[in-house]
Amino acid sequence: MSEKTDKAGGNGKLKIGMYWAASCGGCDISLLEIGPHILELIEVADVVLWPCAADFKYQDVVNYPDQFIDVCFFNGGVRNSEQEEIARLLRRKSKTLIAYGACATDGGIPALANTKTVEGIFAASYHDCPSLDNPAHVEPQPITQSEYGELEIPRFYPQVLRLSDVVEVDYQIPGCPPQAERVWEAILALVGGQLPARNSAVKVACFDKSVCDECPREKRKVKIKEFKRPHEAMAEAEWCLLEQGFICMGPATRSGCGALCVKANLPCRGCYGPSGEAQDQGAAMIGALGSILDASTEERAREMIDHIVDPVGTFYRFTMASSDLKGRR
Amino acid sequence: MAEAHIVQQGATPAAAGWEPRIIAFLCYWCSYTGADAAGTARLKYPPNVDIIRVMCSGRIDPELITTAFAHGADGVMVCGCHIGDCHYISGNHKTMARMPLLKRTLVDLGIEPDRFVHEWVSAAEGEKFARLVREVTERVRRLGPLGWPQRMRERGVGCGMSLEPWGA
Repeated sequence: MSEKTDKAGGNGKLKIGMYWAASCGGCDISLLEIGPHILELIEVADVVLWPCAADFKYQDVVNYPDQFIDVCFFNGGVRNSEQEEIARLLRRKSKTLIAYGACATDGGIPALANTKTVEGIFAASYHDCPSLDNPAHVEPQPITQSEYGELEIPRFYPQVLRLSDVVEVDYQIPGCPPQAERVWEAILALVGGQLPARNSAVKVACFDKSVCDECPREKRKVKIKEFKRPHEAMAEAEWCLLEQGFICMGPATRSGCGALCVKANLPCRGCYGPSGEAQDQGAAMIGALGSILDASTEERAREMIDHIVDPVGTFYRFTMASSDLKGRR
Repeated sequence: MAEAHIVQQGATPAAAGWEPRIIAFLCYWCSYTGADAAGTARLKYPPNVDIIRVMCSGRIDPELITTAFAHGADGVMVCGCHIGDCHYISGNHKTMARMPLLKRTLVDLGIEPDRFVHEWVSAAEGEKFARLVREVTERVRRLGPLGWPQRMRERGVGCGMSLEPWGA
């Protein structure tokens, strides 16, 4: 890779950054999952921001000249004003900004909170939770007067936004977390200048086809007789989980993970987001399920559908913020 | 809890001059012909419905409906051939399973059940189509505007909360 580093300028090395917003930290760890390749990466690249692993301050980033960072991986959605501010700052300081992981790309698990109101979230977090002791009913306020002066914390937003709701994104790497193999391929392509042309948040490090395309299980072309949840029945090995009645998001989910979950006998949860041209993963899944129900009457169809627990949380588990409706009313 | 929330939302007074905008997806073989029959028979129904003709109700991707709401429709209708009458034999069987599931999902997302109507309308049922449009328009009018695009913009979708919109 070393002959490719000239374009980086400065000491001849690429400058990379990794930032976390509303995420769990799994994305930071997934970057380390590339294993020994990390040494190759460090050979051609300098880390200039990585809150999870290195001690850089926001002021350091502010002091960088514009476009200083060659590639910035941004993981996590935008849940509060700090995250939006840093997203805009990093956009200005980065040549290439990549939404890394399901949260930055599609909202991810945190965006499931878009089905609740801010009041509901605060009630659950600060008042109703059984393990809480909050007799004064204190809630975090953006501005607090204290004996040390005015204290300010970030404002909590009405809903989780994707990175692309806040700034222009060059590439998106979906997945929760993105699989190391795909990420390494993407890094190699990036260093070698082989990524597809920038085209408002084109998805890389994944494939266009659905998880079913990578799934090794046998399809017997039978329709679903009843819906089951993974703890209710043993799944037969090597037979399509969806046909067995387990809601597997495979048909509506982009591939790239190598069908990891289904190979572990668990239905796909849909972390890579919608496949192909689809924009709304939940709607795509509803479409897919509708065509394989074994129901000859409307009553029977309704009966079966009533057995699905929490359709929104199941079909939009990782993509609420990028779905058509974006959240609850 | 969900229902209470919905009733409260629905009670917001409509802006003056607001008219419900309803998108109707009709299948070519039965329902569109049914709507045509309503016209030929000079039956009156409100002009609030925008009809989109598709070849079969089985090709109505749920994404078309979520897109309609997300882009500002106040109500959506889906009509197809009665079960057993599908020109493609089993297209409407798929509609029959998809639409109740989609409706459950939409209700969970805070869209009132009356805003999404799925009915079978045969080529001879012009009267039924006209009545359906009248009923749906009236129910949606009582619920008031849905206003999804404005609502989401206010929450920062596509522009962020604190700062100016980026890009074009």
